Amino acid sequence: MSNDAAVLAYTLRLADNALILAQCMVELVTAEPELEEELANANFALDYIGQARMLYTYAGELEGKGRSEDDFAFMRDEHEFANLLLLEQPNGHFGDALVRQFLFDAFYVHLLDAITRCSDERLREIAARAVKEVRYHLRHCSQWLVRLGDGTELSHNRVQTSLDYAWRYTGEMFAGDEIDQAINADIDGPDLEAIHGLWRKDVESVVAEATLSLPDDSWMASGGKQGRHTEQLGFLLAEMQYLQRSFPGATW
Amino acid sequence: MSKQEWPLYEVFIRSKAGLSHRHAGSVHAPDDQMALDNARDTYTRRSEGVSLWVVRSDQIIASDPAENSAFFEPAEDKIYRHPTFYDIPDGVENL
Amino acid sequence: MYTQGLDQAGKDRRVAAETEELLNAFQKRVDAEEKIEAKDWMPEAYRRTLIRQISQHAHSEIIGMQPEGNWLTRAPSLKRKAILLAKVQDEAGHGLYLYSAAETLGVSRDQMVADLLSGKAKYSSIFNYPTLSWADIGAIGWLVDGAAIMNQIPLCRCSYGPYARAMVRVCKEESFHQRQGFDIMHSLCLGTAAQKAMAQDALDRWWWPSLMMFGPNDSESTHSAQSMAWKIKRFSNDELRQKFVDVTVQQADFLGLSVPDDELRFDDETGHYQFGEINWQELFDVIAGNGPCNKQRLEKRQRAHTDGAWVREAAQAYASKQAARAAA
Repeated sequence: MSNDAAVLAYTLRLADNALILAQCMVELVTAEPELEEELANANFALDYIGQARMLYTYAGELEGKGRSEDDFAFMRDEHEFANLLLLEQPNGHFGDALVRQFLFDAFYVHLLDAITRCSDERLREIAARAVKEVRYHLRHCSQWLVRLGDGTELSHNRVQTSLDYAWRYTGEMFAGDEIDQAINADIDGPDLEAIHGLWRKDVESVVAEATLSLPDDSWMASGGKQGRHTEQLGFLLAEMQYLQRSFPGATW
Repeated sequence: MSKQEWPLYEVFIRSKAGLSHRHAGSVHAPDDQMALDNARDTYTRRSEGVSLWVVRSDQIIASDPAENSAFFEPAEDKIYRHPTFYDIPDGVENL
Repeated sequence: MYTQGLDQAGKDRRVAAETEELLNAFQKRVDAEEKIEAKDWMPEAYRRTLIRQISQHAHSEIIGMQPEGNWLTRAPSLKRKAILLAKVQDEAGHGLYLYSAAETLGVSRDQMVADLLSGKAKYSSIFNYPTLSWADIGAIGWLVDGAAIMNQIPLCRCSYGPYARAMVRVCKEESFHQRQGFDIMHSLCLGTAAQKAMAQDALDRWWWPSLMMFGPNDSESTHSAQSMAWKIKRFSNDELRQKFVDVTVQQADFLGLSVPDDELRFDDETGHYQFGEINWQELFDVIAGNGPCNKQRLEKRQRAHTDGAWVREAAQAYASKQAARAAA
């Protein structure tokens, strides 16, 4: 795989992660447990949409075929999306959505931090902006995880179940494939093994403070990065893409 | 366990370095840290601030409007405290 | 407007301890455009009217998130999605500012929310209409926010300080809401025939409900005179409605859309547009709970509240544990 092709594929992975998570969070608008949390959720979703837009725009430039951010978001099929399976998991209850974001952000913050030191200038710039946003998300999510874990018996049990379920989707974050290897080798990009160690340490510490137990690393699901998704993504895209697909060529 | 609403916090924002914190509004939060987060997400969405204070509303000690005349009116007749009280002769500068 | 329910509310009784002297002194302050602050003496009826008005306004912001929220997952571009999300988030913020302003009058947010969820409290009739196409998002921004801003700008000068300050913040933030709505309509009108038809259909469905937002005719509005005297209402329903029609008809012309009113015509003598009779029965039905989406809107709010109970309780339980640990 050429250097450019790897950077393009990698940029799309990052963009898809941000967009799919944003889309799931947007579904939660008006359903948050308290008004203040509505504002937080919308802020985070806006951050992810912003990241997706910058990354898709860059992907379009790398590809050089004139595709816009919206072409990538609305005109690709399920198998062309390369987001992590974790991020397309259904919202469930507040604890499910929280754990999904917490586990991802704890990884994403280190990933972005590493990207700020890679040799690709545009990715560096985008990551430098995004890492600040995600650092705040992680602070907020970590606090909430502790509150739910160390809150009531009900909240403790619920969020432990959320954690146990989501855990199977965390392996994929660190399972490097040829694109991850190319990014690491060719543009001094993230070293997934090193990030796995950092992630594990951070997650362990918050989970312990939340009086929760860390699930065992047993079977891990994978395939999202390669475009093999869970059933949920098809529904999510059908809803998200419907207007663009129904009115091809229209501007909005 | 109480099922009362989360306590109310007053939010103060410093809009830029060099200015005082100013009252912006209030938020509900279960604890101090979340009050800071909620204040950030509610009141600084348009780059309104560089620093935030939050304080439990029930911790604020306020003067009583019924005592306003005793509190504030005695200052009103001390006009000699204001520079405009003094006549400056023509021709005198930098005073 | 966002507080139409007020026009139908019962009269508040005067409380015995409110002497003529106190009432006169209060009115004098209001007449002198002094701001009334939370701990100042105020007539009980003033306090109650304000609580009703501000909380209805807050409820309208919160319920108002739903019709637009419907289209967040289906917005046709990432830019539109971000703009709409920022707008819906602003509405949550505005609800929050307004609840805070009402709380200064001694009512808890819990109580106000309970009144909303039980159906006791009212909110603006407009949010009980469905958003059936993307053009409805444009129409809401253009017409509904356009109508709302006419009412809200004068409220920045309302006699009650905390409400006036909340409205200053709301108006500042809302200035982009109407523009983004018009921008959506404009893009549709410049687009394909199908897009333009979508825009016309949205105007057809939202025009009359938007006029109803201003509330009953002045002659039918029971609370207006007192609210005007207290300076918690600055212009009458009919004045604001006329102003809205005058500016909006011209904007519709610019878009090349037709306003669905056969009787609409410009009156050279008055310099205003004359318009047809509003279907008042429809307004009263919607306010009474019998609109196209009343039930769904309220149920969604109730569900979010019920589903979130365990989360709110967990956060409180954690805070109590932390406080106990700190004390130990």
